Order: sequence, then structure tokens, then C-alpha cells
Amino acid sequence: MQKIEAVNDFVIKFANINGSGSASANELLARAILRMGVPVSPRNIFPSNIQGLPTWFEVRVTEHGYLGRRGGVDLMVAMNPQSWDQDVREIDPGGYLFYDSSKPLPRSKFRDDIHLLAMPLTEICNETYSDARERQLFRNIIYVGALAWLLDVDPAEIEKLFGEQFRGKEKLLDSNIQALALGREYAREHLKPIALKVERRDRVGERIFVDGNSAAALGCIYGGAMVCAWYPITPSSSVAEAFERYAQKLRIDPATGARRYTIVQAEDELASIGMVIGAGWNGARAFTATSGPGISLMSEFIGLAYFAEIPAVLINVQRGGPSTGMPTRTQQADLIACAYASHGDTRHVLLFPEDPYECFEMSAQALDLAERLQTPVFVMTDLDIGMNQRLCRPFAWDDSREYDRGKVMTREALDSGADFGRYLDVDGDGIPYRTYPGTHPTKGGYFTRGTTKNAYAVYSEAGADYVYNVQRLKKKFETAKSLVPLPVLTAARYPARFAAIFYGSTSPAMHEALDALADQGIYINALRVCAFPFQDEIAEFVAAHSKVFVLEQNCDGQLATMLVNEAGVNPASLISIRHYDGTPITARFITQEIAERVSRLNVRPLREDMVA
Amino acid sequence: MTYIAKPRLHHPTLAKNRVGYTRRDYEGKISTLCAGCGHDSISAAIIQACWELDVEPHRVAKLSGIGCSSKTPDYFLGNSHGFNTVHGRMPSVLTGAYLANRELIYLGVSGDGDSASIGLGQFAHVMRRGVNMTYLVENNGVYGLTKGQFSATADKGSKSKKGQVNADAPIDLVSLALVMGATFVARGFSGDKAQLVPLLRAAIAHQGAAVIDILSPCIAFNNHAGSTKSYDYVRAHNEAVNRLDFLTPRDEITAEYGEGQLIEVRQHDGSIVRLRKLHADYDPTDRIRAMAYVQEHARLGELVTGLLYVDPEACDLHAQMNTVEAPLNRLGAAELCPGSAALEKINAALR
Repeated sequence: MQKIEAVNDFVIKFANINGSGSASANELLARAILRMGVPVSPRNIFPSNIQGLPTWFEVRVTEHGYLGRRGGVDLMVAMNPQSWDQDVREIDPGGYLFYDSSKPLPRSKFRDDIHLLAMPLTEICNETYSDARERQLFRNIIYVGALAWLLDVDPAEIEKLFGEQFRGKEKLLDSNIQALALGREYAREHLKPIALKVERRDRVGERIFVDGNSAAALGCIYGGAMVCAWYPITPSSSVAEAFERYAQKLRIDPATGARRYTIVQAEDELASIGMVIGAGWNGARAFTATSGPGISLMSEFIGLAYFAEIPAVLINVQRGGPSTGMPTRTQQADLIACAYASHGDTRHVLLFPEDPYECFEMSAQALDLAERLQTPVFVMTDLDIGMNQRLCRPFAWDDSREYDRGKVMTREALDSGADFGRYLDVDGDGIPYRTYPGTHPTKGGYFTRGTTKNAYAVYSEAGADYVYNVQRLKKKFETAKSLVPLPVLTAARYPARFAAIFYGSTSPAMHEALDALADQGIYINALRVCAFPFQDEIAEFVAAHSKVFVLEQNCDGQLATMLVNEAGVNPASLISIRHYDGTPITARFITQEIAERVSRLNVRPLREDMVA
Repeated sequence: MTYIAKPRLHHPTLAKNRVGYTRRDYEGKISTLCAGCGHDSISAAIIQACWELDVEPHRVAKLSGIGCSSKTPDYFLGNSHGFNTVHGRMPSVLTGAYLANRELIYLGVSGDGDSASIGLGQFAHVMRRGVNMTYLVENNGVYGLTKGQFSATADKGSKSKKGQVNADAPIDLVSLALVMGATFVARGFSGDKAQLVPLLRAAIAHQGAAVIDILSPCIAFNNHAGSTKSYDYVRAHNEAVNRLDFLTPRDEITAEYGEGQLIEVRQHDGSIVRLRKLHADYDPTDRIRAMAYVQEHARLGELVTGLLYVDPEACDLHAQMNTVEAPLNRLGAAELCPGSAALEKINAALR
């Protein structure tokens, strides 16, 4: 029988029951491999449930540093009878099945083309532990011990991780080390070695291992957020929770112990965005974190902030929609909902981070942009980036960097006779000046409203005043183009007639696919869009290629639609490729989709190219 | 309403308060509400209360929702910043503003549609949090801007101008505020300025969530026979539990009171709320009794007004959260950004 052989390049998938403490054990194995200098990319595939439903944890071991989801499974750790059949089916031929053999299973429950690794885990646990919770938790550690032996993962690395985790809790440390050894010894005595191996390398370097939600929260800390208002919603809740955790350490006045931040868990998303807008109006940097359903609820307020020109930052950790949709699965399906959120003619600034590093960067930048542009700014992350730990560049901060507080008219400026019109375009960039409430006893006060007003914030139903305002808002959106991050080009090794546009969490899978395609002789220029509004470079990029594949993780090709509508690109030159089953897009999918289309285009190049 | 603009020039003999402002300095734009609207009387009472309290007008932030009542912040304190937000959501915007700067005085102006219907959730939750604000409900039982539909505070059996009879039970915002944890709860009547102005002064000085439900008849759509929110009806059924003198710490106590008629409540900031009892058995520091009292009298068809409840130990949200003394919106990168050295440590822990 064929045997999958691989060094530092394979996928382990753990099938567990949620609420059993498995995720932290599985993560432990992933971290140990990372400590051996070999990049890993773990993904937690979990249900919208607390206890009892199937949950999976994938660990991709990838010496090349391909951090996207690969697809396929080389080693299945099947710990959940509920999902057994599906889990066994998923293993690639020649792969391995590690399972609990305490209870005999009929032959029909297995496959002939996979290798079995049987370990009577329940039996071992029942013999060793009397407490039910211990049996469950140490069961996970025992299988980690066995897997570490099978894969040649250095047990010293795992013990070191235990040492960090249980510092000062010696009893816990010892019992975990014992459980690990128990698994290792069993494997050595009873299991046949396998051909998936981890070998020490130096491929991790300075990179850090962190989830995007924590990174976004830290970006808000560094970006100077003073107010956070939020409402719990998967997959964004951990942004606010991480903000609070970091703030408790990093935002305390050393002299008094008082807090230099506030955080409010609001009664719903309407209230959370209301608080952010109130704080922004009053001169504080404020943000909320939410997901699709929250954006829907916030829409009326988003329109108010747009029209009354109030800074606000929204971190949208996207999940599968519409409606409650797939709350624990990933998608990039809120682009249109966010770009045009609210009734009337609205347009909002969107940023698309590709990994936790950019979640940090762009969240901090969003706080600057929101105040500079006096408008809502969306950080469009997703569950795949937000809730999984990802290897990325270390966070960096330039201590000479100052916050851009935008155009704020001070008491001194008002006293020196400056003409203050809250909605007056003084500088020709569409951005007016504002005053903070309480600035001056007699000057600079105004009444903010979502209703039409003239340039001096006086209520007006005159069409000319309305048109002036709307035109100025359009000009302001033009100005935004020069402030948001530029697209990032990855040029092919040879001149290419085909191109690809992608964004956000598609990035690692895309880069892997570009390599795979190049290996097949298919060369693609790739452009990662980092923000909306779209800069002219994007339209020029499209115009320079006969066909451009647009890769997205939604069903309707939302970015492609926006490129046509907002960047004025020729729709005939775009080929939309969409992945939207809730799992993260894979390099295998991208490679196959592009290769297939390229071969078709190359067979009949004339007609297709005529259109382009 | 009037089209005659008031002259900006003030008479030199106009009295000034301790911070050097005349009463006229607390006025705003000319009201565009109907002549005789109760809301205009409330605006006048706010002007009077702020002037008497020696509040600098620009240190007040006015926030409102949507509706006739929510338009009124344009008609008082013209040099203050105001924010006419979205329907029913003023409380959250006010909360955010208050989080940003704890030094300003926050006035939330709302109506019965804005607070009891679309905004009931935010009304309830803002009371729970102890936001330091004065929340005014200009309550007329009717939707004015959309021309006469019942609101959720309309009494059961009350008749609309078109003759419909309201079949739904009313929401009593005073009772709700008491349940939800507001620490200053009062009811007033736009037609009784002598009662309303001291209530406003005490509410503004109160360090916590203060709410005043102000009956404010709608002259256009709810002032007819059969309405329970008309001037005549409210006058006939008004049952004031107390008369209130609000004293700042520097005020001298001059009035004479008979024995047993007086309650003094000293608040956190040293201000004293002095109440002359009209009902011998009414204790405004007893929340449970206040709830029962309001309900008992409602059953008799009486509108209980006055200061219904005050918690002298009220503590505001910033105190609960232990926020720094300086307004957050004044902090700079030096206070907010932990810097690259701290980030290096964070990076190291993530390897």
C-alpha cells in the first residue's frame, strides 16, 4: 500500500468534540513544531455551540511557509465518533488514521488505502485517572505525546511550552508532563513509525504567532483608541476582549492606577455604534468590533456618521452570511454591505488586512484615517484571520509617529478670527474643520444633525445647500484615495497577459497558487487590493492585462462588482473566481480554477481577447 | 412660533449671573414649534435653570433623538454644541460623548415616541449605567411631526384628535426609570415652571443618571377633550408630592419651614435638595416606596409630580470604571501609546 511520505510538509486534522479542551492541546503540538523552526498554520473549524458538537483543528506543517489552507488531510486524529465516517473519508489515500481503539469498530468503518494508528486512549485514561474532567483533559495531552513521537516532534519543546504555560503551577506542570510521557511511551512500544516527519529548521525567524483579533485590538491600543463600545458576536468578540486585556496592562496611569480608556459592552450593536459616534463627535478616538449582522443593525447610524461627518472605526470580522448565516465560518461577503452601508448615497472607506500584522497596522491607521476624513472607516478582516493564530511579521511601531487628529479648530484659531463653517470646504480637499464641544464660550458651537444643512451647519432644505454638501463629500472620498494604503503588486517572473486581483485573507493561498501556477508555466501578475476607494493604479493594472481573475470568498463577486462600478474597469476583462463554502480558500482551488480557465482562454484566445 | 427675530443687542441693565452671563446668553434659535407648545416652556425652563446654576453655556452638550422634542435643543443654549442623532438612539450617543469627556454637562432631550417606543431599549439601558446626564422626556402622548398618531405613553382609553380610542396599556417612563436604576427620577409639567426649574437644577447637579418625565401638552394634536395629556386634564389631575428648593453648596438657606415639613438631601457634590413635603408620608429616598406610590396614584387617575426619587450616594459611570480625571479626548500619544519597547516585549511573548 502507498504511504504518504513527507518532511515538514503535511496536514494533520484533529476531529474532536467541542468543549473537551482539545483546541489548546492541538495548538500545543502546533506550537512545538513552530519552536523547531518549522512554520505551521493552524485553523480551528468550530461549531456555533459550546459543548458536544463536532469541531476540527487543522495543522498545516509547511516548511515553505505557505500559510493558507492547503486542502486534503495526511493524518487524521479521529477523536469524535459523531463525525467518524466523514473524517475517515477525508484522508488522502496513503494517509494515516490515528484513533481511539478502546471500543472495537467493525472493519467496514475503516478504509483499505490508509494506515491505522490505534491507541486505546479511553482505556489508558480510565486506568490512570479517576476524575472525569482529568480523564478528558489528559486524554488530549496523551494523544499529543503519541503524535509527537510519531512525527519526531521534540518532547523538550512541548515541555518548555508547558513550563511557560504553567509557570508557578508546579502540580499542573508535572501532571501534564506525565501525561505527555505516557502517550509517548505507549506510542514507542505499540505503534509503527510513520513517514510524516518534522525536522528542525530555521524557517520561522523573527515572525510572531498571533490571531488577527488580538492584533487588531493591539492596533487600537497603539492607535490611541480611547473608547471601545461593542456587543458580543462571533467571530469578533475577542477583539474587544483582547482590547480590554491589553488596556489593563498598557493603559493604566502609573501614578493613580486609573484607566486611560473606557470599554462598554452595550445592549446591542445599535447602541455600540451610537456610543462610538457620540465619542467621535466629542473628540475621542473610538471603535467597535462586530460582524455582518452587527453591520446590518448599525446601518442607520453609519449613515448619520457619514453625513454628519463623525469619525468612527468599525472592525468587521466577517463571517458567512446572509442572516445568521454561518456564524463560525469564514467569508468576505460584507464588502458591498459596508462600502455602501445605510440609506441614501453613501460610500465608506474600507481597509483589507491580509494577516494579523496588517490587522494591527490597519486598525491603528483606521483611527488616523477616521479623524483625518471625519467619516466611518471599516477594517475588513474575517474569521480566518481573526480567530486563527497565524505566523506573521512582528508588530512594529515608530516612536516618532504622531496621531493624525485631523482638522480640528482650536479656541486660539477661533479667537484669531478664523471663519468657522462646520461643513465648509476651506482647503479644497472636501474635508471641513470641526470643533470639539466645549471649545469656546461664544464661537465654534454648532448643531450636528443628519438632516441637510448649509456649510455653516444651519438647518437648510435648500437644494443648492444639499448639492454643495454631497459634492463636497464626493470630493472628500476622492481625497481618501490618496490616504488609504496602495495596492501591492506581485509581478510574475515573465511578462504576463493574465493577472489576478485578490484581497484580505485570500493572500497566503494566492501566493502559494502563484508559485504552483508558475511551476506549470502559467505566469500571472497579481495585485492585492488593500483599500476602498480604489486608486487609479488598480484600473491601470486591469487595463494592462487581457484577462484579470478576481478571487474572492463570497458568492456574488462583490469586489469584481465594485471594480466595475467604482474603478470603471471593463467588466469583460474580469473573470470572477469565488470560493464561498465557509472554509478558507485554498491554493489548490485557486491553482485549479485559474489553470483551467487559462487553458480554455489559450485554446480560443482570439474571441476572448477581442472583447478585452 | 414667531418670525420676529430677537435683537442680539442686550439691554445693559440685564442681570448677570456669577459667571457673567445674562439669561439671554442661554437662549438659542427661534423655536419653530407651534405657538403654545409645551416644549417651548421646557426650553424656557432649561434656560432659566442653567442661568441660575451659573453654568457656562458652552460647557453643556445637548443631545437629542428625532421628533418635535428633539428639535428643541436648537432653541436654547445657542453657543453649546448640540447633536440631533437618530430616532430613539440619543442615549447611546450621549453615553459615548460622556465617555469621551467627563467634564461637560450632558443634557439628553427626547420625547415619548423617541424614548418609550423606538428607543425604549436604549432608555432602559442608559439608566442602568449611571451615565452622568440629565435626561428629559418631553411627554405629550402623541407623535407630532407625523401628525397625531398615539405614542406608547398614551393612556388606555385616551381619545385621539380624530376620535380613535387608545386600547394599549401605557408605558410609564418614571416607573421604568425607577426599576432600571436611575438615581434621580422626577416628573414635572411644562405648565408649572415654578416646579420644573428647581427640578432641572437639581437634576443637572446630580452626579448620575437623572431623568425628568415632563408632561408637555401638544397644542396641535393632543389638547382636546378626551385626551389625558391636555393642559386641562394634567392641571386637574396633577398631584405634586413635594415642592423643591435646590441649593448649591454656596446658597444661603433663608426660607422658613414648619416642623416636619422639610426633607434635606445632601448630594455627593455638597449640593442640597430641599423638599417641602406636600404629602406627609412621601420619602423621596425610598425607591421601592416611590414605585408603589406612583402606581397607586396612577390607579386613582392621578399624575404624581415632583422629585420622586433621589439616591444621594449615586456614583457615576466614570467613577465606577476608574477612568483618569482628565477627559479622555484630551489625552495624547504620550499617555495612550505604549511605545515600541513595550511592543517588542509583546512580540517576544508571541514567539
